[in-house]
Parts: sequence; structure tokens; C-alpha cells
Amino acid sequence: MVDLTRRFDVLVIGGGNAALCAAISARRAGASVLVLEGAPKFYRGGNTRHTRNMRCAHDAATEILTGPYTEEEFWKDLLVVTGGQTDEELARFMIHESKDILNWIVEQGVRWQPSLGGTLSLGRTNSFFLGGGRAMLNALYRTAEELGVDILYDAEVIDLVIEHGMFLSAQLKQPVGGKTEVRASTLVAAAGGFEANIEWLKQYWGEAADNFLIRGTPYNRGAILKMLLAKGVQAIGDPTQCHAVAIDARAPKFDGGIITRHDSVVFGIVVNKHAERFYDEGEDIWPKRYAIWGRLVAAQPDQIAYIIFDSTVVTSFMPTLFPPIAGATIAELAGKLELDAAALEKTITDFNAAVQPGTFDHTILDDCRTEGITPAKTHWARKIETPPYLAYPVRPGITFTYLGTRVNREARMLMKDGKPSANMFAAGEIMAGNVLGKGYAAGIGMTIGSVFGRVAGREAAKNARN
Amino acid sequence: MHGTRILQEADRLMTVCNSCRYCEGLCAVFPAMEMRRAFSDGDLNYLANLCHACGACYTDCQFSPPHEFNVNVPKTLAVARAESYAAYAWPRAFAGAFARNGLVISLIAALSVAAFIFGFAAVNDRGVLTGIHTGPGAFYKLMPHNAMALLFGAALLYAILALVMGVRAFWRDIGEPVGMTTDAKSLLQAVRDAGELRYLDGGGVGCFNEDDHPTDRRKLYHHFTFYGFALCFAATCVGTLYHYLLAREAPYSWWDLPVVLGTLGGIGLVVGPIGLLSEKWKRDRVLVDEQAMGMDTAFILMLFLTSISGLALLLWREAAAMGPLLALHLGVVFALFITMPYGKFVHGIYRFVALVRYARERQMMVQGKAE
Repeated sequence: MVDLTRRFDVLVIGGGNAALCAAISARRAGASVLVLEGAPKFYRGGNTRHTRNMRCAHDAATEILTGPYTEEEFWKDLLVVTGGQTDEELARFMIHESKDILNWIVEQGVRWQPSLGGTLSLGRTNSFFLGGGRAMLNALYRTAEELGVDILYDAEVIDLVIEHGMFLSAQLKQPVGGKTEVRASTLVAAAGGFEANIEWLKQYWGEAADNFLIRGTPYNRGAILKMLLAKGVQAIGDPTQCHAVAIDARAPKFDGGIITRHDSVVFGIVVNKHAERFYDEGEDIWPKRYAIWGRLVAAQPDQIAYIIFDSTVVTSFMPTLFPPIAGATIAELAGKLELDAAALEKTITDFNAAVQPGTFDHTILDDCRTEGITPAKTHWARKIETPPYLAYPVRPGITFTYLGTRVNREARMLMKDGKPSANMFAAGEIMAGNVLGKGYAAGIGMTIGSVFGRVAGREAAKNARN
Repeated sequence: MHGTRILQEADRLMTVCNSCRYCEGLCAVFPAMEMRRAFSDGDLNYLANLCHACGACYTDCQFSPPHEFNVNVPKTLAVARAESYAAYAWPRAFAGAFARNGLVISLIAALSVAAFIFGFAAVNDRGVLTGIHTGPGAFYKLMPHNAMALLFGAALLYAILALVMGVRAFWRDIGEPVGMTTDAKSLLQAVRDAGELRYLDGGGVGCFNEDDHPTDRRKLYHHFTFYGFALCFAATCVGTLYHYLLAREAPYSWWDLPVVLGTLGGIGLVVGPIGLLSEKWKRDRVLVDEQAMGMDTAFILMLFLTSISGLALLLWREAAAMGPLLALHLGVVFALFITMPYGKFVHGIYRFVALVRYARERQMMVQGKAE
């Protein structure tokens, strides 16, 4: 039983990678720590459950990574994906710290797996968790428990008492035990974004948000973020920005995770509900192209689209959870997809006619392209002509949102007047927008979580003891 | 469509797992799965026998129950594995022995022990069964050596024949990769993987048993059991060689090779089975194929009875208890031999064949990549 009448040095709200890194680092610095995870034990860890890898800079190849991936190269990659929407000081700080995180996280019991190649060829920039994100979380929880961190599940925080930028206490609500006041000297907010809060998403996306699928936990409803912003913490990040990919339209509303993804866009074309193409399917290489399609589909009528390809490419991409929808003719396929058959036939005929001869190679930006159609397919364009014709229906799959709390290099929250909070810190998705103004590069969410989690825990412990 | 409901479920899971692949570093099952996009019955039986039930993929899976995708690979493959034993049993008529395995094995063991006791009493004069016999050839006062060798030789040969036929059926079903039997490197790799139980380690931390804290206890007890069994078998072989080559008759002195091997093996076969049984009882039920509990327990107890009766015989071989203890020991060993093809013993054989196949497949893949 956790004694809630005592005053903790550090209160961590959240239960994912960032929260656990903060809890462990605070505990190792000598603080008493309480972690409040809003989800039940099985669903602990927010989106970390579904992650797989972390992007870290390193100067030389290791057992698990080819190398090097320098700080400068990481910074350039971040600049590209964010289009410059990043706080350079914080981003460079994070990239520098990421080098040490590779080792620190192993000291916390997390294990890396040697790169096995396969479909995700990221062996140079990203380290993969052995067993995936939940295995990583299990290891962090085990370590935290062994160190004596107190952890409560089903622990929903319904109010925060904050005065002049100083955290005083939190109001906790549990299914059994009801409401309790929890007091602590410092607060680390690591409670994620608000992607599972459809009503909140609707403020920015309108009714379209009803058609969004949420790839991760249904518990990331942004309640803590909302409270903090309402109580004077400075906001950062564009509220309409989120990490959105195109996922199978047949996926569950929440928590479908990684297995609902599609990486087949490059092998076919993508049409909307009017059977019209709307974007260059050959614009860029995985995973950059992967991260743009959620947003593209969100902009289409009824937020639905269809990846159309033919039987020659079915084994060229990752096996999928849901089988493709098949038709012996384009018209039959159109019928199954409830698309206008004539329109789909015309789109495919026009596309096939525009395909130029070239040498196909999906690992590079090859010379297979179209001519004379809009939008063009600038690479990997091949005719769709071998039945059966196949399709995956896709919808926007939201991973996380970028609106968050402003922080400084100590992971300390900044108040609206620009002053640092006396005792409040933030880590993980709730402050990811500081570094990641828009766009995404694989594994960077975990880097933000671990780096700022570790810093937040350390600083909170120091703060509590002063 | 698959032959059984459990293979249908295994197919569903492999489709989920193949689109995730987070577990690919944990053991051989997932890399083997990744080499395929569709799964025949044989493929699924191969994967089922490749699984060592360490439980790591369950503990690590974001889609395990209560998630709606309901992914429980260790349990599903455990059920499929147990069903595959019956499917490959030879002769077919005895396949039913797997359905109520605990009952079958205990009946055969009891009858076998009783047969030896009555046999000893019936063939010999009164008093021989409970008499005191010492010195070389003491055991043969109860049963002539040749009769013993013939009976146990026949039982063992039958067991080997039935096992070979079963493995042959398994082999055909899983589709032997080209050159599997002639690839010494793959065979050696499989021997090493089986000998060190490489895939019972949850990818390095240990096996998951009663909770999400991994340990290496199941692996350790399995090693005790396996190597204990191997030592006991070696003791029997050395004894047989002593008899026919050196004309030295049992019982041997405590320092003699058959006794040393048998004693060490016997200790392994006491510690190992007790440990395995206690781990099994503690194991999280969500990982366990409850249907097969009888089969697993029966085999573990048979091994335990073999060693404990053998050790008891060593301790009291110069007392009046020798006769009944010899009958008990021989009865248990006889029952163990003839039930080997119809119980949990087969898991080691099928797993080994699956490991050979995996080693071969990997070998071919690496070569393919290099070319």
C-alpha cells in the first residue's frame, strides 16, 4: 500500500517512458517518488507500449548500430522534418544528451536488439528495443519498483493546485478509495498529449476528427496538459500538428498500434472516395513518406482513401494484419470499395498511360515516373495491370499531438510571463512540441521522452531537496 | 482453412505477429515466421514445436489479453504442440494415448511394477523376492540378466521405432528444407541450441513464469532433468558394456563408473523434476495449456520415480528391500520406455528436429543474402 498521507519529494504524473525515466532518475538522486499512472496496469505506459526504437546520436558503430550518426547529422534530420520549427537550443541539447541515453537506458534494464535488417532499415540511426516498447516499459517498471518508487495504477488526477507557478498538490481519484489529496515538493508532468480526446481534436479539425483512428492508448486525453495551460503555464506548439500516418480503415478506434500501418503506398496509387488521385505517391523514401499520408488522407472527403495496387507487388511490403480487398477486374474492386467503377477505371487507365519506362528500385529515388498527369508520381511508377487488383482502405491514424508546455533546458516549465516555474517540470509528449514543431522522424518521440525524463527527474530531485 | 481450431487460431496469431515483428529478437519462432507470409498446417506445427514456452513474447506483447487482438502465442502454440504429438503418433491406433495421458501413463506404470513383483515371485522360489542377496550377480537371482536385457532391449527398440516413425511423419509435414540431413553445420547448431536451451531465455533475461519478473529457474531445472536423464542412460549403457565386454556383473561398487554416472544422473533427475513441477504449479495459468497438465505431470513424475527408485535401490541393495525395490525400479523404467513415444518425452525430439530445420533455414537465408 502506498502511503498517500506523506509528502513526496517528486510526484510524477504519467506512466510512459518519460515518466519512468524521470521517476528512476529522481529516485537515484535520492528523492522519494510517487508515480500516478491513469491507466490500469495492462495499459500502463501510454504510447510507449507501441513504440519500438529510439533515435540517438553516436560517433562510432556499436553492437546494435552501424555508425556513425553524428550530432550534426541528427540536427540536420530534425531541421528537415520540422521545417525549422524547433527550439534550436533545446533540440541541440537533446541531441547531445541522446548519446549518453543509449547507455543510461541499458543501465535501467532496457535491452537493445542487434539490427536484424528486415523492412525497417534504420540500423544506423535507431536502436531497437528487444521485444518492443512494452518490453522496454516492463524493464523500466521493474527497475523503478526495485529502487523503491511508489506506483499507483488507475490513478486519475482530476485537479492540480498551483499558485503563482508553484505546484502545491494534486487531487487524485481512484476507482476504489475515491478522492485523495497528494502532496509533493515538485511535480513532473509526463502525461502525454491529447490525441485520444476526440472532442478536443475537433476544436482544430472540425467534424473530420470523428473519422480519425487513434493508434495508441485511449488514456491520453490531455487532462493534465489542459490543467497546466489553464493555470498559467506557457503553451508551445501548433495545436493542429500531430503525428498522423495512414492506417488501415478497418483498425480499431483506439490502440491498434503498429500492426495497422501500411507501407505499400510506393507500390501503387492512392485515390480518394471519388476514385481520384490527390498526391504524388512517389515523393519520398520511407519513412519520410510514411509520416505524411495521415495528414493527406485527413484532408480528403470523409477522411478515407484507398491504396490501389496489383498482384505483382503483394510480397514487396510488410505482411498486413487485414488482407487486401481483391477484385478480378477494376470494376469489381471498385464495387467492393463502393467507388464509382468508371471513375476508378479512368484514373488507372490515365495513370498507366502516363507511366514512363524505367528501372524500378524502391530503396532509392528511382527513375520510374509518370509524364503528363496531375499529380505526377515522380518515382516508383509502374503500371497497375495484373489482376487480381487489390486495395487497402486507409484513414488518418493519430499517434500524438504537438501542443504542449514550454520548458527550458532543465525541463522546467515556463510560465506565461516567461518565468521558470518554482517546482514544475515536464517530459515526453506533453513537451515534445518544444523540439518537434511539426513532422516526425522515427524514434524521436522516445528520445525526447528519455532525455527530458531523465533531466526532469534529476532536476526535480535537486529542487525538492533545496 | 486448417485441420484444427487451434491451428486456425495459431494462423490468426502468426498473421498478427508477422505484421508487428517486435518480438523477432526474442527466440527462433518469430524469425522463422518472418520467412513466411502464409502458414500451412505443417508450418504451424513446426513453429509450435520451435516454441520453448519462455513466455517473453506474451509479457512483451502490447496486444496480449485483455487487448481485443487477444494475442497469446505461448499458450496457443503449447496447445498446438500437444495436439501435434497425437497427430504424429505411431501406430495411429495409439494416438488416443495423448488425450488422457496422465491416466494412461499411471496405469501402465502401476501394471508394469505389479508385473515385475508378481513375476519375481512367480518365477523364483518363495523367499527370493524378500531375501538378502549380495555380491556380483545379486540382481540376477531375481531375474536372469539375459531375460532383463531381452525385455528392456525389446522395449527400447520398440520405443525407438515408434519415435522414428513419428518424427518421420512430423518431418514430412513440416516440409524438410533441401539438404537438411546432410548439413553438418545446421545439425551442430541445433545440437548446441538444444543442449543449452538457447530459446528458453526470453531473449536473454530468463523465462517468465509466475509473473513478469523473468528468472532462469525453469532452464536450470530442465538442465538438471535432461542431463540427469542422459547420465542415467549412460550408466545403463556402461553397465551393459561391462557385462558383455568385461564380463563384470552388477551390482558394482559405489566408485565404479556405472554407479557414479547413475548416482549423479539420479540426483539430477530428483532435483530437476521436483523443480520443474513446482515451477509448473506456480506458473501463470494464462501461459499454460491446462489440457496438457496431466501429460506433463505424468512424465515429470515418471522421471522422478525412475531416479528415486534407482537411488533407493543403491542405498538398500544389501537389505531385504532389494527385491521389491528392484521390481519397482525395473517396472518404472519399463513403463517409461514403452510410453516414451506416447507422452511428453517426444517434445524433446520434435523440438530438436524443429531446431535443425530452423538452423538450416537460417543457413539458407544467409547464403541467399550473400549471393
